[in-house]
Amino acid sequence: MSTQVIPRPSLSHRSSRWFSRNLIRIYAALAFIYLFIPVAYTFAFSFNDSGKSNLVWKGFTLDNWKNPCGAPQVCKAVANSLQIGVISTVLATILGTMIAFAISRHSFKGRKTTNLLIFLPMATPEVVLGASLLAMFLNLRINPGFLTIVIAHVMFCISFVVVTVKARVASLDPRLEQAAMDLYANERDTFRYVTLPLVMPGIAGAALLAFSLSFDDFIITNFNSGIESTFPKFVYISAARGIPAQANVIGSAMFFIALIIVIVGQVVSRQRKKS
Amino acid sequence: MAFLHGATKSHSASSKGGSPKKRSLTPYLLLAPGLIWLITFFVIPIFSLASTSTMVRPQGAQIGTYVQELRFANYVDAFLANQEQYVRSFLYAGIATILALAISYPLAYMIAFKAGKYRNILLVLVVAPFFTSFLLRTVAWSQILGDEGPVLSTLRLLPFVDESLRLTATPFAVVSGLTYNFLPFMTLPLYASLERIDPRTLEASGDLYASGFTTFRKVTVPLSMPGVVAGTLLTFIPAAGDYVNAALLGNPSTKMIGNVIESRFFAVVDYPTAAALSFTLMATILILVTLYIRKSGTDELV
Repeated sequence: MSTQVIPRPSLSHRSSRWFSRNLIRIYAALAFIYLFIPVAYTFAFSFNDSGKSNLVWKGFTLDNWKNPCGAPQVCKAVANSLQIGVISTVLATILGTMIAFAISRHSFKGRKTTNLLIFLPMATPEVVLGASLLAMFLNLRINPGFLTIVIAHVMFCISFVVVTVKARVASLDPRLEQAAMDLYANERDTFRYVTLPLVMPGIAGAALLAFSLSFDDFIITNFNSGIESTFPKFVYISAARGIPAQANVIGSAMFFIALIIVIVGQVVSRQRKKS
Repeated sequence: MAFLHGATKSHSASSKGGSPKKRSLTPYLLLAPGLIWLITFFVIPIFSLASTSTMVRPQGAQIGTYVQELRFANYVDAFLANQEQYVRSFLYAGIATILALAISYPLAYMIAFKAGKYRNILLVLVVAPFFTSFLLRTVAWSQILGDEGPVLSTLRLLPFVDESLRLTATPFAVVSGLTYNFLPFMTLPLYASLERIDPRTLEASGDLYASGFTTFRKVTVPLSMPGVVAGTLLTFIPAAGDYVNAALLGNPSTKMIGNVIESRFFAVVDYPTAAALSFTLMATILILVTLYIRKSGTDELV
């Protein structure tokens, strides 16, 4: 009886085994690279000493970041977008949260119709939403502008708020509210001190979603904005001539601000869970 | 018992069935403002669009002036004149949806099952590109793939690549733009349904001598179907109506129906044709969506 020598797997064999075991991770890494290519490109070209056209790399500069309003009209467009975003977010979050509570906590007639009415705007392509609103405004001889943009944004944000908040309400443990009632809290106090704080993260998430949908919307806005400018509209219009590097600065800044908000939110909610 | 009953009664709205449900005015007051908004600015405009679609411009009238004549032939005219863009919209959207599914499924699978403590970070990373404006990212692609961009100048160094090769202004660019822009819409619902799968069901399948691939095909995929349906819809619907990708990454022969609707509205000021096209687009999508949801048997989407 001789001791069998188990041959060490060859290097190529081992590396191919490592490869197949980690295939899905490699694939995911590639997918992330793909997702971030244009973000990285936008960020890199925000430092381009570009002059008028930001198409080819001409050298590194911080000027665009020091003076983000340097390109004509860009800050006016951003200010408009921010205003529209804030107003639409507040309105859509309030209206949507009310609907979400009604749907998940009350019984009423016409539940199916209500659900359909919430679902349809999400299942309708943006061109149709934009075109139909514009058709109505034209028929009523209303000139599109700031107000009509806000109206449109609230309309398409409501459904997303309802879905987000509803999911949060559904995930609540009903025993928490029952406990409050058992401790003789009335319905209003239970809502105010138990339900609402528990649903708050969902409402905050919904508001964040609504704001980013509003800030980023182009198609519906383009139909209902008249001569009013927004940031996406500014980018679309200047795309033909070349986009100023300041637009890249604003896009990158938005990216980092949103990322920080999300990360802070995650950290806060994790610490709350711990305590 | 009576105590418990009292608690559930005052709380009846959250408990489905069982004790009789309270009927009060509260839900209607909660619903009213939002639903009125949706009816005024979503439902009524759809009827307005329908009414515009059958209008006719009177002889010699000013541009942009239309009167109602119930001319349903507008639909036929609009469709016949733009068949090509119609078919192309659904074709591009379909290919982009399949590509997005192929890219997103392994990604969502990896985040749900292999990411461990990095799960939340990776989820944020999926959404993060969204924070840079959708238009800026599309413009970035058009420059990356453009004639002076890094991809083409690298490709041209290869001996077998033709000098005249272009990547932008091609169907390839439009479809990859659509695929890219709607990826998170595909990944997030996929992740949500994969994450809900109890790992024990996968173990059980293995215990019953199913191979890894069989487990994936017979257990994982069926259990993730709600995510697949939601993701494909969230990708296909906006992709079919999109015109930004075709405008920024395409050429006149890659125009989609959204581009036609936009130019009919603004460049040509032909509201009835634009309205008829929008209406046909919406009807087609609603029919496709209904059939698809019926076939895949997931009604709980909202």
